[in-house]
Parts: sequence; C-alpha cells; structure tokens
Amino acid sequence: MGLDLSINKYADVSYDEKERLFEEAKSDDRWHHVLYGCYECGICVAACPSARFYDFSPRVIAQAVAREDVDLVYTLMNDSVWDCSQCFSCDRCPRQNSPGQIITVLREVAVRNGLQTAKDALEGYGRIIYKIMSTGSQVSPDMLQPDAFPDWGGHVKEISDNLDVWRKALPPETLHTTETGWVVDDKTIIELYLIWHMTGVMDLIEGIDEGLFMILVDVMEERLEEAGYDDITFD
Amino acid sequence: MIHLPVLKAADRKFQANPDNAPTEDIREELFQLEKEGELEVIRVPEPYMEVKTKFGRIKKIPVEKTWHHKSCGQCGHIPGYSTSIFWLNRAFGLDYYDPTDQTSCTAWNYYASATSNPEAQAAVAVRNFAAAHEVGYFPLIHCGTSFGHYKEVRHALVHQPELRRKVRKVMEKLGKKLVLPEEVVHYSEWVLAMKDRIAERQVVDMSNITATVHPACHYHKLIEEDAIYDSEIYGAQRTAIITGTLQALGVNVGDYSTWFDCCGFGFRHILVSRDFSRSFSVQRKIEVMMEEVNPDIVVTHDTGCVTTLDQSQFAGKAHDKKVGLPVISDSQLAAMAMGAHPYKVLQMHWHNTDNTKFMQKLGMDTDKLWAEFELETDKIKRGEKEFLTWEDAEK
Ligand code: SF4
Ligand code: SF4
Repeated sequence: MGLDLSINKYADVSYDEKERLFEEAKSDDRWHHVLYGCYECGICVAACPSARFYDFSPRVIAQAVAREDVDLVYTLMNDSVWDCSQCFSCDRCPRQNSPGQIITVLREVAVRNGLQTAKDALEGYGRIIYKIMSTGSQVSPDMLQPDAFPDWGGHVKEISDNLDVWRKALPPETLHTTETGWVVDDKTIIELYLIWHMTGVMDLIEGIDEGLFMILVDVMEERLEEAGYDDITFD
Repeated sequence: MIHLPVLKAADRKFQANPDNAPTEDIREELFQLEKEGELEVIRVPEPYMEVKTKFGRIKKIPVEKTWHHKSCGQCGHIPGYSTSIFWLNRAFGLDYYDPTDQTSCTAWNYYASATSNPEAQAAVAVRNFAAAHEVGYFPLIHCGTSFGHYKEVRHALVHQPELRRKVRKVMEKLGKKLVLPEEVVHYSEWVLAMKDRIAERQVVDMSNITATVHPACHYHKLIEEDAIYDSEIYGAQRTAIITGTLQALGVNVGDYSTWFDCCGFGFRHILVSRDFSRSFSVQRKIEVMMEEVNPDIVVTHDTGCVTTLDQSQFAGKAHDKKVGLPVISDSQLAAMAMGAHPYKVLQMHWHNTDNTKFMQKLGMDTDKLWAEFELETDKIKRGEKEFLTWEDAEK
C-alpha cells in the first residue's frame, strides 16, 4: 500500500499537537542550516536510494516543511521518515537543503515524544541501543548469530561456531574480544556514561522504550557507583 | 533498468583553484577560535603528506604518530579490514597507537534510531579526540561514517557557540579539554597518500585484475569539499579515493553507471529492515557492476559498504540474481599486494561471498594458505598458544 498523505490520516490528532511537534523541530539549532526552502525540483529524489524502494520522497518532505504544512509534516514524521537510509546523497540539493538532516531532526522529535510509529520502526532495535550505550561499541562479534541474520546464509553460523578461536586468531591484541568490537577501558565507559547523563540522551531512550531504559539505568548506575559517582542517577 | 554507456573524456581536466572555493576553509576558523581561547587544535604531526581536496585545497595526511580510531563494524564483523591497516603501518615501521581508550563514534546508532542528540554526539567525538591528544598521537579514522560524522561535528562546533559551551562543560566534568583536529583524516586517505610507497613494496602482480570501486556516501557526500580529488583520476569529477590506490597497484578499474548510488546499508535497515538493503545492494550495485564491467572484485573503504555489498549477495543468489563478486577494502587489497597472509592478516574467511577464485587468479594457493591458518587455530584450540601474534602472521 502506498503512503497515505490525505488529511484524514491522523485526523484524530489535534492540529495544536501537530503544530507543537513541528515547532519543536523548527527550534532545533540545525533547522536553519538544513532547510532554506525548496525549489521542488526533485534532484534529491533522483539521488535517493530509499525513493527507489519505498513510496518515499525527500522532495515531499522538504516541500512539506518548507511550506509549513503542519498536517502533512505530522503524517511524514510518522509514516515516512524511517524509510530514509541516511546516506545524504540528497545533500546535492541546489537549494542547499539537506533533506536527510531534516529527516534526522524530525526523527529526533518523533523519538523524544514517544510517537508509536517511532516505537514500531525501532522494534527489534533495542538490543543495538543497549550494546552501544552500555559498552561503547555498537557492533560486536557475538551479534553474528544465524537467527539474527538468516538471510546472510550458513556463513554466519560458521563464524559463530568458530567465534572464540577466530577472535584469538587476530594479530592485534585489542581485538580478542567477542562482546565488544575491541577492548574498551573501564574509565572510557564511565566517561561515556557521564556523557549520556549530562546530555539528556537517556530521556530519549525512556520515551521510546521504558524497559530498555530501566535495564540501562541499572547497569550504568551500578558501574558509576563503583567508580565513585554515587551521586549520579538517571531519574 | 536502462544502462547508459559510460563515456569518458580522457583529455579533459579541471584544475580547482582554492581561491574560488564556494565554502570557507574551516581550518582557518579553527585556528581563529584557538586564538580566542575557545578550543585547542590538534596539529597534524610531521612528517605529513599533502593531497588535494575537491576545491583544490591542500589537506595534510600524517605519515605516523596516528591514533587508530577503530570501527565497531570492521573490528566486529570484518576484522581483517582493521588488521590490514595495522599491518601496513607495521610493514613500514611506522609509529602508531591502537587505543583501548576509545568508543565508537555512535553515529551508526544515531543515523539508525535518532536516540541521541547533537550535544551527545559532539561530546563523544571530542572525548575520543582528547584521548588521542593526551597520548600525543593524531586521530586516524577507520570508519567512513565516523569520518563524515566527525566532520559534521567539527563543522557544528566551529559554527555554534552554544554547542561549544555545552560540550566544553561536559569535557570539564571529564577532566578534558575541547580539542578538535586540524584535519579529519580517513584511513583510506592515508592509504592513497602512501600508494607509491605501497607500490614500491608490491610483491603480488595485480595487472590481470579488474575491480569496481564503491566510494562511501559518508566519505564524499558529507562535508563534500573535504574529500580527495585528483585531476588525473576521473578528471577530478569524482573522488580519487580507492581508485588512485588501485591504479598505483596496477589494477584495472572498471567504471559503472551507478557509482554514485549508496550501497543500501541504511543504518537501521541493515539491522532490522534488510529487505531494502539486500534489494538495493544487489540490483543497483552488484548486478550493474556485473553487467557493465564483470569485475573480479569490488573494492570499497567503509564498514557498512563492505558488509552490505558482500552479505546481500547470499539472498541475491537464492533469487537467481547476477551475483558472486567478492568485496574487500582498499587496506586489505594494499596489504595483499605487499604480500600479507590472506587468512592470518587479511582474515578473508570473515567475508561471505566466495573470494578464493579471486585470490587464485592472483596466483595464491588458497588451500595451502588456509591450512597454514588452521595450523595456528589448531594450536589455539589445543591450548598450545593463547593468540595468533604478529610474528605468527609473518611466518
Ligand atoms: S529539497 Fe532540494 S533537491 Fe529536493 S526538491 Fe527541494 S530544492 Fe530540489
Ligand atoms: S539521506 Fe535519506 S532522503 Fe536523503 S538521499 Fe539518502 S535515503 Fe534519500
């Protein structure tokens, strides 16, 4: 089914609420560096990989935000932004827009406000967020499990069967890990947790996945306490 | 799909003049901010090599004293990628630093899920830069996305005083300074700048090989003026990265019409919505390369690109698509040219699409080489040795 851009799509959400979210996007410091209007020329679409695969158009998104079409922006924030593959091929826009970065900002607003469509888009993604936020390394060797990547064939099983030995058969001493991409110092992790704490990132996580938020808080508060930061809480 | 023949204007060259550049030189602004006491600039250590970027500006590439900002996707899933970069440094006897005081840039997660914000992203970047500076080394970025993202972060920090203020506050809490590098350097730029030295030490003839090149989106589309261009390569109409290295090694580089297209990685898509990644990668990249060039190998320079282009071919095969192209990084190919062991160093067994025929075409006895690797892993299994060392890798 194609993208439904009719005004009825989210008629149950008040105009004021849609406008509030749009204003939140517009108040982002980046907004005026990534949107200058829109010629509606479609050059971004020609370069866009997601437009070839989905009923998706960076032009429609740039056009909607440039025209300040509050209803349409709300629909796109729900039903379109997660199709973008964030390649930034659309940065060749002759109006100097970055449709990809407009989308980044809209996604952030969707996450911060806990929109159900954002939760749906990130379903199954929580384990990745957990990995990056708790270990400082987004991708780890032990993620290569056949049930996670069935479409990559028997090769993934071969790797997971041999994982411990193959990791030890890597010459750099930092790479003998399976749970993280490389050895990460304890001090480094603590510094990362302090960054999450001071920059409000955990509020975003809470908005999108409360269960994940609670697990992360447990892990992080315990390690911070061990490191002498017993005054830090994420509540 | 319509395939257009690729025409080349062999003699036409564009010489970029930095005085006509449409963008400001961010390094001048960086040094100005340093004078004003706003931040500290990490200088490129000497000796350095000079390359030209899109508008003809000179970019300094350090030879050594490099702090290797590793990539989680490379180290985690295609570790021969990073191992080859280290191997090249060791082969030239260069001083490099492989840190444990390093996190991922976290940009993969940000581009996938938006569960972060500019302040956190900038703080993660500056924390890593500061860690490099503290030990007296210069950051060399392994991942294309980290590279592009860090350039965006540097750009934002230079132009947004409020963001600087916030990040400085975070750094104070960590006992660190707000530092930014004079140049953001990707490892493939280092490989390209080193290409003649690599070619001098080449022991594997690659003149019978044809490759196609995929330049990573986040390398040449984010802060595009900072990618390397060379009037001798594609008439400076696209980045010289990878292609320049391959040509120096005698590899024949074949052109194809969808070179600008992304690989299909998608950040979120490759992890939880791979139908897009698979289809795009196979139909817009691999099949087009096969039809227009029929190369022996695809060479690229980023974590996500190697992963997507390589892993997607398994499903493509099941759908009778034209696939079967091995995919490796320029660092692996450069190390291979200099005689690095394909399994102990290049770790080719972590790649999915069969690459043995490619190596056999280069004259390698892949069965024998694999047996040599297994000899080492058997010792590890029996507990006779804990790890494969750099010395073992050279045997
Ligand atoms: S965003 Fe830019 S490229 Fe896309 S339609 Fe508008 S002006 Fe054209
Ligand atoms: S960043 Fe998103 S909108 Fe822009 S070209 Fe890539 S997929 Fe399309």
